[in-house]
Amino acid sequence: MPTTKNDYPIKGMHCASCVQLIEKSLKGIPGVLEANANLATEKATIVYNSDECTIDNLAKAVDAVGYKLITTPPAIHEDSEKKEKQKELNDLKLRTFFSLGIGGLIFWATLPTLKETAPSFLQNFWVQLLLAAPVQFWAGAGFYRATFLAIKNRNANMDTLVTIGTTAAFIYSVLVLIFSSFFTGQGLSAEPYFDTSTIIIGLILLGRFLEMRAKSQTSEAIKKLIGLQAKTARVKRDGQELDIPIDQVLVGDLIIVRPGGKIPVDGVIVEGLSSVDESMVTGESLPVDKRAGDLVIGATINKTGSFVFRATKVGQETMLSQIIKLVQEAQGSKAPIQRLADLISSYFVPIVLITGIATFVVWYVFGPVPSFTFAFLNTIAVLIIACPCAMGLATPTAVMVGTGLGAEKGILIKNAKALEIASKIKAIVFDKTGTLTYGKPQVTDLVPFEGWDSNKLLQWLASIEKKSEHSLAEAIVNEGKKQGVEFLALSSFEAIPGKGVKGVIAEKEVYLGNRSLTEDPQGDPLRLTSALEKASELEGQGKTVMFLVVDKNLVGLVAVADTLKESAGETVKALENIGISVFMITGDNQRTAGAIGQLLGMKKENVLAQVLPAQKEEKIKELQKNKQLVAMVGDGINDAPALASSDLGLAMSTGTDVAMEAADITLVNKDLKSVVATINLSKKTLQTIKLNLVWAFGYNVLLIPVAAGILYPFFGILLNPIFASLAMALSSVSVVSNSLLLKRAKI
Amino acid sequence: MLDKILVAILGGGLIVFIYWFFLGKKEKIVRAKNSLEILVEGGYKPDVISIPLGKETTLNFFRKDPSSCLEEVVMPDFGIRKFLPLNEKVSVVLNPKTKGEFAFSCGMNMFHGKIVVS
Repeated sequence: MPTTKNDYPIKGMHCASCVQLIEKSLKGIPGVLEANANLATEKATIVYNSDECTIDNLAKAVDAVGYKLITTPPAIHEDSEKKEKQKELNDLKLRTFFSLGIGGLIFWATLPTLKETAPSFLQNFWVQLLLAAPVQFWAGAGFYRATFLAIKNRNANMDTLVTIGTTAAFIYSVLVLIFSSFFTGQGLSAEPYFDTSTIIIGLILLGRFLEMRAKSQTSEAIKKLIGLQAKTARVKRDGQELDIPIDQVLVGDLIIVRPGGKIPVDGVIVEGLSSVDESMVTGESLPVDKRAGDLVIGATINKTGSFVFRATKVGQETMLSQIIKLVQEAQGSKAPIQRLADLISSYFVPIVLITGIATFVVWYVFGPVPSFTFAFLNTIAVLIIACPCAMGLATPTAVMVGTGLGAEKGILIKNAKALEIASKIKAIVFDKTGTLTYGKPQVTDLVPFEGWDSNKLLQWLASIEKKSEHSLAEAIVNEGKKQGVEFLALSSFEAIPGKGVKGVIAEKEVYLGNRSLTEDPQGDPLRLTSALEKASELEGQGKTVMFLVVDKNLVGLVAVADTLKESAGETVKALENIGISVFMITGDNQRTAGAIGQLLGMKKENVLAQVLPAQKEEKIKELQKNKQLVAMVGDGINDAPALASSDLGLAMSTGTDVAMEAADITLVNKDLKSVVATINLSKKTLQTIKLNLVWAFGYNVLLIPVAAGILYPFFGILLNPIFASLAMALSSVSVVSNSLLLKRAKI
Repeated sequence: MLDKILVAILGGGLIVFIYWFFLGKKEKIVRAKNSLEILVEGGYKPDVISIPLGKETTLNFFRKDPSSCLEEVVMPDFGIRKFLPLNEKVSVVLNPKTKGEFAFSCGMNMFHGKIVVS
């Protein structure tokens, strides 16, 4: 009986009796085994038999009691967010252009050099009032609403500043219009500032419009990842092939994937072979060959063949869901560099209000005539130029783009702190096995002696090792299979502890083992001498050498080693070029480790050999004693304590929970070059953050005193409130746009 | 001259008022049992929330304020950044493992709140 368990959002719940009503209606449907509604989360968890009832039945039952069950999968919710945003953008666009259009007309009719060209009715101040009022109270309604709600909670934000600044300009203008003789009697010019109030509103709305449009692009990476999810899966159930929605796929389901099709969930291939493009999830650019027994990742694309796989992870458990969760969490985290901006922005608006009042008082008391006009305009300029949003957006937008860019390249960053630390790393410790090397021994050299050739040597080696369980034997057998050798019959087999193995092939006694086999000299002594020399040479390269003796004659050598990944040397060099000390940590003996270190071009003292797994953590701590930030690169499973104790743990893994938990950064593409890319990404993100903070602080810390008129006594410079609003509008846009530039960074 | 003295006195008074009004707020801690509704309107109501250690607590944010400032809630210590659609309830489930005070804010860091884990 195929049971499905799912959480469905329910709209319209508001009390405990709703819970009972919904549960009752659901439980009344044949096939529903369990239904639990939750008022807090506004969701119902329903377990049902998908043969007996459908989602439609569930939705109808909930509908009948007056609520709405949302049946769309989570990905679709993104669309509602998108629609809401688009609606908001359209509305903002209309208000912006209306305000700027009206503002432009009034500006034309009031600017001394231009006003002569404007129609005379526009120069009438009462007409200007009629035009400015809808800008103030319709286009700017959002500022009033937000200010009112914030003040009710004893809070203040940017809207508060805009509201106070523009309302002051508008009310002053109305008063000037009504009581013009009073103002002229006070020695003040009886000119209204409708141009100022309207253009400020128009420009600030424009800034907000551009900022909103740009900001939506900062979270594009997440949207792309969510968009990767397949919508349906073709499953084999009860001998039938069915196309079902992805949220109905169960663990254990057999799923059919055709060429060009999307793999819906994670699983293991049970039949067929193909090559799969995993680039969208792991960042690995080349298609990966898959056969029975291999793992497949949901959301990746099947290229050539057809296959059937068994679902092992569905819903929130799939690798893609885990990646989305990780990236979302990283984007919600805060970088340590943000602390100062946070501290300032939490006091910012009240401080700007206080600065505005102080500006008014100073200009009014000490300023030149007409002191009120100076005091008034400068106060508006102070309130309008302040842009706390730029400070608030400087770091998070860059972190969002940076972590998103990382995810696209298969670099999953756990939080903003890790992203920041990566740029400050001074030493990187690589675990050897499985990280710098493939982690699987491979045959590297075949040295046949007189009368034997490489093929024959491999044939005999593979034939005797077929029965051995040693890991080195597996490497030899695999090499034999790879080369297509014909395995010879082995009539007896015996392991010689500490030395090797012996057996009989084609009625000949065969020995294969280590150097200790040579302690009992076999065959030609001269050949033995040259063989030992060759063996020493190979061992010097970090390889394990075995001797093959057939009928008491030494016929050849085989060297087996865990081979270095192709990009290992390049990575070490690239890291050293950017001033990072590279270390290798391994349980291997000094000789083997040293040979590998030499191949990688590492300094001798940077090869940390004969370190037991439990001691890796201590070694990391030793390196940290020199007050340098140390990163550790490992597989994330065996070296979890070392990863955790380092300042930055990088796991080269396929996104298993354990590895992702222990590591600060997970490199799902398993490519060593990603270590360099991570450092570059971090450095570039930090550069962007710093530049953003310079912009944000520059606008606020430098321009507020200028707006207050600090330059006037020295240079006679004052900032017109219209220019102040232009600067303000540009500030958050420039910060967000700068963060978006990070998308183009080459890492 | 009198007007200047008056403006100076009024200005000084207004500065003291603004300081007291915005920065002199007293914290009111609201204890969340299993779940708590938080109204997002000109800030967070309540804005200081006490939740138990090692227990799942659901915070339900309900945004009634259309200001774009408040459209996201960010809880950096819990790795949470959530979009709050207007007039919809958005649940955030927390299960804190350490005691302490953890700040949360809107996406632009204009409005603030605090979660006290005890």
